[in-house]
Amino acid sequence: MINKEVPSVAEAVADIFDGATVMIGGFGEAGSPIELIHALIDQGASGLTVVNNNTGSGEVGLAALIKAGRVSKMICSYPRSMNSTVFPELYRSGKIELELVPQGTLAERIRAGGAGIPAFYTATAVGTMLADGKETREFDGKTYIMERGLKADFTLIKCRQADTYGNLIFNKTARNFAPPMAMAGTVTIVQTESVVAPGEMDPEIVVTPGIFVNRVVQVQNPQHESVLVASGVSYP
Amino acid sequence: MSANDAKIGLSREEMAQRVAMDIPDGSYVNLGIGIPELITRFVPEGREFIYHTENGLLGMGPSPAEGEGEPELINAGKRQVTAIPGASYFQHPDSFAMIRGGHLDLCVLGALQVANNGDLANWSTGGPDAIPAVGGAMDLVAGVKSVFVVTQHCTKHGDPKLVDACTYPLTGPGVVDRIYTDLAVIAVTDEGFQLVELSPGVTFDYVAERTGAPLLPIATPTAS
Repeated sequence: MINKEVPSVAEAVADIFDGATVMIGGFGEAGSPIELIHALIDQGASGLTVVNNNTGSGEVGLAALIKAGRVSKMICSYPRSMNSTVFPELYRSGKIELELVPQGTLAERIRAGGAGIPAFYTATAVGTMLADGKETREFDGKTYIMERGLKADFTLIKCRQADTYGNLIFNKTARNFAPPMAMAGTVTIVQTESVVAPGEMDPEIVVTPGIFVNRVVQVQNPQHESVLVASGVSYP
Repeated sequence: MSANDAKIGLSREEMAQRVAMDIPDGSYVNLGIGIPELITRFVPEGREFIYHTENGLLGMGPSPAEGEGEPELINAGKRQVTAIPGASYFQHPDSFAMIRGGHLDLCVLGALQVANNGDLANWSTGGPDAIPAVGGAMDLVAGVKSVFVVTQHCTKHGDPKLVDACTYPLTGPGVVDRIYTDLAVIAVTDEGFQLVELSPGVTFDYVAERTGAPLLPIATPTAS
């Protein structure tokens, strides 16, 4: 019998190990699986490499994980944004490593990793410092650089609804990196506002098929990063 | 407002309006942060543009009314937006397939510097204390069919932003097609910067003195 639902966020993240590579969905606060990230802070794993478009804001969610000293390296496209102070401080003092990747290249590296493609060529960043040291090749008279597919030991994402097979649908612009990250994670862990039985979700509207998902945990009313930051919350 | 009154050239809103005049009906457009965002207010009568925001929405509408926004409906600048009737949501790889695959007609971006060979620098000053952050800018300039830049002609310190070579790290080489500033509209051609139009009350010499590379006069149609 297949039932991917687990009873709590703590159990969902229990086996994340020190030094793991963890992809975390979200673009800013949209799609950020805050409850799973907070469970990961409580769980204690450290030396993590985290893949996310940003580095969080305030002192909740991803920013709190970084502030707790659990992240040794960030792979992201835009590490500074409004209310983002934790990462910049650690970066300036040399306490965290940064691999800066153009946003579309980051998305495609994750997609490729999940799709069994070890590398691909792209025109993005050709002629810039982000192409330094990368293999180049000409196709039809145009220069491209080679980028590597990216995989993760664990993926943490949020969705609007899941069924117990792990089929997922998302909410508006919270979808962003979640579908490719679900593909690229060895163990993909999903927090969802609601869980339904197989057959209750129209197969025509499934965005992420259940084969890419390992664990589903219900978080009925997820918190929003901007609300927590505005009220001065600091986790834990 | 006295400082504005004394200022020669277009306001930010007028610059956005001037760019909008050059966007063809039916275009799929990605707008950068800052002045480009203002373009949505100035769509010319009888034209329709579809706005793409790279975090996964085609058919981006205006900001929501106060108190009606949603934290999970945002634009690339992470500000709350709305979706127009006929909009679609999609995942990041699809969004950048639209960009890299040449499906978007136009992107309008801000700039730190533009060189007269079309090089664009708009993501980092390269300073030792700067946190490098590139976002989707390099993907946009590498993949979108036309790249317009809208920017003040000079920095706050009066230095030219249109230069003969960018000193800041590049976003992309040879990617800019047109530049819209407070003083002029300038095309990037094989021969360098070529004036297309002067803002009202601005002279060629005034623009040329504030441009860090040779400025070619408006191309006159050859007599036939």
